Amino acid sequence: MNIAMFLQMAAEVCADRSALTYEGRHYTYLELFDSAKKAAELFSNSDCQFISVLDVSSPAVPVALMGAAMAGIPYVPLNYRLSPGQLNELLVRIEPAYLVVDDGKIDDFKGAGAIVRGREDFLSSLESSASIEFTWAEDPSAVAIQLFTSGTTGAPKAAILRHEHLVSYILGTVEFMGAAEEHATLVAVPPYHIAGISAVMSSIYACRRIVQLPNFDPAVWLNLCANEKISNAFVVPTMLTRIIEEMEQSGFDTDSLNALEAIAYGGGKMPVPVIERALDLMPHINFTNAYGLTETSSTITLLDPDDHRHALENDDPAIRSRLGSVGKALPAVEIEIRDDDGNVLGPLEAGEIYVRGPQVSGEYLEKNALIEDGWFPTRDAGHLDNDNYLYLSGRADDVIVRGGENISPAEIEDVLHNHAAIGDVAAVGIPSEEWGEAVALAVVLKNNAVMTEDEIKSSLRAELRSSRVPEVIVFRSELPYTDTGKLLRRVVKTWFE
Amino acid sequence: MELKPGLRLKSTVCDAEIMVIKATDGNELSCGGEPLSAEAQEKTTPKEDHMNGCVIGKRYVNEAQTVELLCVKSGDGSLYYNGDELMTKDTKKLPSSD
Repeated sequence: MNIAMFLQMAAEVCADRSALTYEGRHYTYLELFDSAKKAAELFSNSDCQFISVLDVSSPAVPVALMGAAMAGIPYVPLNYRLSPGQLNELLVRIEPAYLVVDDGKIDDFKGAGAIVRGREDFLSSLESSASIEFTWAEDPSAVAIQLFTSGTTGAPKAAILRHEHLVSYILGTVEFMGAAEEHATLVAVPPYHIAGISAVMSSIYACRRIVQLPNFDPAVWLNLCANEKISNAFVVPTMLTRIIEEMEQSGFDTDSLNALEAIAYGGGKMPVPVIERALDLMPHINFTNAYGLTETSSTITLLDPDDHRHALENDDPAIRSRLGSVGKALPAVEIEIRDDDGNVLGPLEAGEIYVRGPQVSGEYLEKNALIEDGWFPTRDAGHLDNDNYLYLSGRADDVIVRGGENISPAEIEDVLHNHAAIGDVAAVGIPSEEWGEAVALAVVLKNNAVMTEDEIKSSLRAELRSSRVPEVIVFRSELPYTDTGKLLRRVVKTWFE
Repeated sequence: MELKPGLRLKSTVCDAEIMVIKATDGNELSCGGEPLSAEAQEKTTPKEDHMNGCVIGKRYVNEAQTVELLCVKSGDGSLYYNGDELMTKDTKKLPSSD
């Protein structure tokens, strides 16, 4: 068992089909397989313990990912947006590494790896050399990927994904050669994010052409969709917000998105008004909400296109609210909600989300976080409804405990997201002598909108208990997000120190 | 041969290759009437009535679903487990999530 099998199978059946498009360059499946095998030989002969790519989405990503899998060496994608200091801290944790970097940055990283190669030199040397045969080991428990988490709460942890986890995920969710020749997926998520990695594997197994967008920009995204006849795309919520704004501001002709069949989204909480606007603007598109974590090899629950349509057309509040749900567990995945003492809770009771299944690794280099019977505590908080739809309320660590009462930031944020004057909002807990923690609110008003502190407080008071009304409010021009759309609450908290 | 999940095997009568997804130990697996092998081997003569073929990307299961295989390379031989011909498994189609 080895993720390289996906590429081998695609090259067997779809040898001449277009596999990858990157800034006008094309690879067929056979060419991609060929380059990956030669990369595997290079890696095997290098004596390196890790294969790392420090690059935007480029052909180096699938080539190095699959080459590393064949060579039996962990693949470690790094976030090119980190500061040199942060990167150096990660680089010393993966010595000796074979490092493939964006050509523009090669001088910055000379000496950072045992071997440092520029992307273009790496790829062209593989393309120009003669084809080889390369046989690989089939060890299900070998480490395929080591992924540093974004570290929103502390130092990045090294999550471990083994071949068995990733193969279980892909075989459980993707039909081999399920895509038609004209289908293409637009990958705009960065390659160091689990969604960027699973997009590569899923597309290869489905034999769906990958179009890579190195740096997300809503106008470029829309033009690429039209020009490359994109059929599928994955976006994080902040990307969808910006795409919709761009469409509305530029009067974008939605007819040019005729080829676009499906958009999947995930990676953070999608505000309901945003997905409602998206469904309204692009009624012919199938929207899927995917919730997952790095430690679960990506997606574990899906809100499928039919769920979206039912919710939008239904007046029953329980069904209508499903636009704010992340859907139901995949067939091979089990989900439980538990309280702080580990007791399993029933429907509509809020607690921590636990997950179990063959794709769940729940393992870090530092420690295995799986508990009894293979359950993984996600540290995400939420509840299931009576039909097993999962709702997220945030990170378990983000819950505000005010005078012994647990307050989910999402309760407050969801109310304000529906307000016409408010562009973005974050509720956090700050230390309080009286209550232990108090609610503090950071608000971004829409352009030219006016709303006072008192108006915000009274609109909350109208819908929620008084304990949810913030003690402090600050107004900002924007909120801090990671580039994969995760709100940096620890940064927001510092605004109230 | 112990059939462990993840094990890849080759047919000895045709081009077929499979990967074990699920299996119980100590049972006999064959393609075209001949046992499969982990290593590439010289082809032997198949049993004529075991040549209905297997198709890349399809999952094969027995009736009790105690064994499940993924065909990773198509071939002319058909897959048998403990004397029973394996059939293709219907998998639920999911929307693309990445």
